[in-house]
Amino acid sequence: MGDGGSFRKILVVAELKGDAIHPVTLELLGKGREIVEHIGGEVCSVVFGCNVNKTKASELIEYGADKVFLFNDPVFSGLNTMVYAHNLVKLCKEEKPDIVLLGATCFGRSLGPRVAAALKTGLTADCIDLRMDEKGELIQIRPAFVGNILAHIKTRTKPVMSTVRYKVMRARDRDKGRSGLIVEKNAEAPPYGSIRLVGGAIPKKLNIADAEIIVSGGRGLGSPEGFRLLEELASLLGGVVGSSRPPVDDGWIRKEHQVGYSGSIVKPRLYFACGISGSPQHLFGMKDAETIVAINSDPSAPIFRVADYGIVGDLYQVIPLLIKEIKARRGIKC
Amino acid sequence: MLNIIVLVKQVPDIEKVRFDMETGRIDRSSAPAEINPFDLNALEAALQIKEKLGGFITALSMGPMQAVNSLRDAMARGADDAILLEDRRFAGADTLATSHTLAAAIRKIGSYDIILCGEKTVDGDTGQVGAEVAELLEIPHIYYVSRIVNVSEKSITVVSETEDASYVLESDFPVLVSVTRDVNKPRLPTLKSKMKAMKSQVKIWHAEDLSGFLEPDKTGYAGSPTSVQKVVVQGEKTRQGRVYRQVEEGLAELIRLFESKGLI
Ligand SMILES: Cc1cc2nc3c(=O)[nH]c(=O)nc-3n(C[C@H](O)[C@H](O)[C@H](O)COP(=O)(O)OP(=O)(O)OC[C@H]3O[C@@H](n4cnc5c(N)ncnc54)[C@H](O)[C@@H]3O)c2cc1C
Ligand SMILES: Nc1ncnc2c1ncn2[C@@H]1O[C@H](COP(=O)(O)O)[C@@H](O)[C@H]1O
Repeated sequence: MGDGGSFRKILVVAELKGDAIHPVTLELLGKGREIVEHIGGEVCSVVFGCNVNKTKASELIEYGADKVFLFNDPVFSGLNTMVYAHNLVKLCKEEKPDIVLLGATCFGRSLGPRVAAALKTGLTADCIDLRMDEKGELIQIRPAFVGNILAHIKTRTKPVMSTVRYKVMRARDRDKGRSGLIVEKNAEAPPYGSIRLVGGAIPKKLNIADAEIIVSGGRGLGSPEGFRLLEELASLLGGVVGSSRPPVDDGWIRKEHQVGYSGSIVKPRLYFACGISGSPQHLFGMKDAETIVAINSDPSAPIFRVADYGIVGDLYQVIPLLIKEIKARRGIKC
Repeated sequence: MLNIIVLVKQVPDIEKVRFDMETGRIDRSSAPAEINPFDLNALEAALQIKEKLGGFITALSMGPMQAVNSLRDAMARGADDAILLEDRRFAGADTLATSHTLAAAIRKIGSYDIILCGEKTVDGDTGQVGAEVAELLEIPHIYYVSRIVNVSEKSITVVSETEDASYVLESDFPVLVSVTRDVNKPRLPTLKSKMKAMKSQVKIWHAEDLSGFLEPDKTGYAGSPTSVQKVVVQGEKTRQGRVYRQVEEGLAELIRLFESKGLI
């Protein structure tokens, strides 16, 4: 390495969410553009699907890709990671990108390591920042040890591969006038590993990672009924209900609501932590929220150290008052 | 009878481990070592499969000599055999080098139907080793498995999670399955099984035991394409930090906050 300033090829692996492009893909395209504007090079993207057309490819161009490889083939209907991996490996061998970026989503984190192992290259998981150093080498920054520290990681093999967390980078504004090249590719079936989809997708009621306002409760709720109170506050604010791990373990609320190390990582505009002590494992999932509000009866609870606004008090006293006040201001009768 | 391999790593107990904010270093001596919590779910899944169909469970780990204790623990919980890959030359491995080493040992073990691993390790925290091992063995993998629906003599049916949906997937053997902590509730070792495990032998394999299966330049620090350049303590975002002990005052502040965010 150390070939700073040379022509760089960045490949962003697009992820589809139903028919739409996952926003993390657009964020990665934005980062890709930032890198090439700095040191030169081109941003490529690849999209796989059983029903993707050129319009989707054009959208990737409008968000920053110079070239899009389009794989449209029924082999991608099944949710078999091996199919994606096989075709992505083949593309990387042909195109020889310097950097390959994927979202640190279930899709990217399942596909990325398979491809990295096949290409015998390094992969850095769950990055929250990517920077070029003075040598023109990529520094990948990721949280380690439950978010206590940030590790700066370099890869000495090519391509440098990273999965990048959702909502840490900024997508560019869509530029309908941007032009680029669309290259249609033929897909191949992998030589081994047939994974069969039995029945259809069972959609989840909630994708908390996308929520803008989250009202979370913890063990301090004392009983599952506490979530009804949080539900009322959440719906008044147009948000959703979240949870720390103990209520999920005790069966008070479904796993989809869990925020933290073994749950979801969220980055809402407003996060309420009610009856949550603020363990490192919980903070891991929510500490990048724009504004954090904590309600806890224990003034020494660690959650107050990360909160913007904290109220020391019994949540069963505070939240009903808050609900009453909001309703009063909106002219809703209680 | 199924041959099942469970990948287990010894990690420091992250709820107890102390951390030096000044140097950004983890003081591993400050906390007891234990089996990575997610790997206990993988082991429990193996035990349940064995109970249903019969089988032989091998717990496999790469790590320092002390990791023998975690493998004994795995045997106390019901693993039939345990192998520790220990060698100075394995040290300093990133996920790719770890995967090469584990895959080499699995090739040496020879026959396997299901390889189970945890979603991630609490110290490495990448969730990459499973899929990398699967790729190196040229077998399929299924990630984020929250439920094992059915296992037969030749295939497994599982529920795999993504952010917005769950999918029922089926694969023939051999396959690698990576489980989340929702898949089961790991059982505790009994006193009797602990006693038995104390006497049981953990096999130790060094680099030469893997010769013919592992290229020497693919393991340890030398075989690791990624390296940590530096570690920094995460700068906390500056927060308002306004804590109110008077509920009325706090409420008034929250109402102002909602107004500023256009919520009311
Ligand atoms: C591998 C691993 C993964 C984990 N993953 C996660 C994860 O993803 N998410 C997660 O949250 N945790 C996770 N944990 C668990 C974590 O370590 C903590 O145990 C957990 O976060 C504590 O949850 P809590 O704050 O709700 O409960 P507690 O720590 O028990 O806190 C309850 C709080 O409620 C307050 N309280 C009680 N009554 C009231 C009241 N009436 N009004 C106001 N306040 C009240 C108390 O003062 C206390 O601060 C994980 C642990 C491990 C080992
Ligand atoms: N050194 C190791 N020895 C055995 N298994 C491991 C090792 N490292 C990782 N694993 C397995 O791979 C999974 C994912 O680990 P990681 O990629 O480190 O987050 C773990 O839950 C283990 O099952």
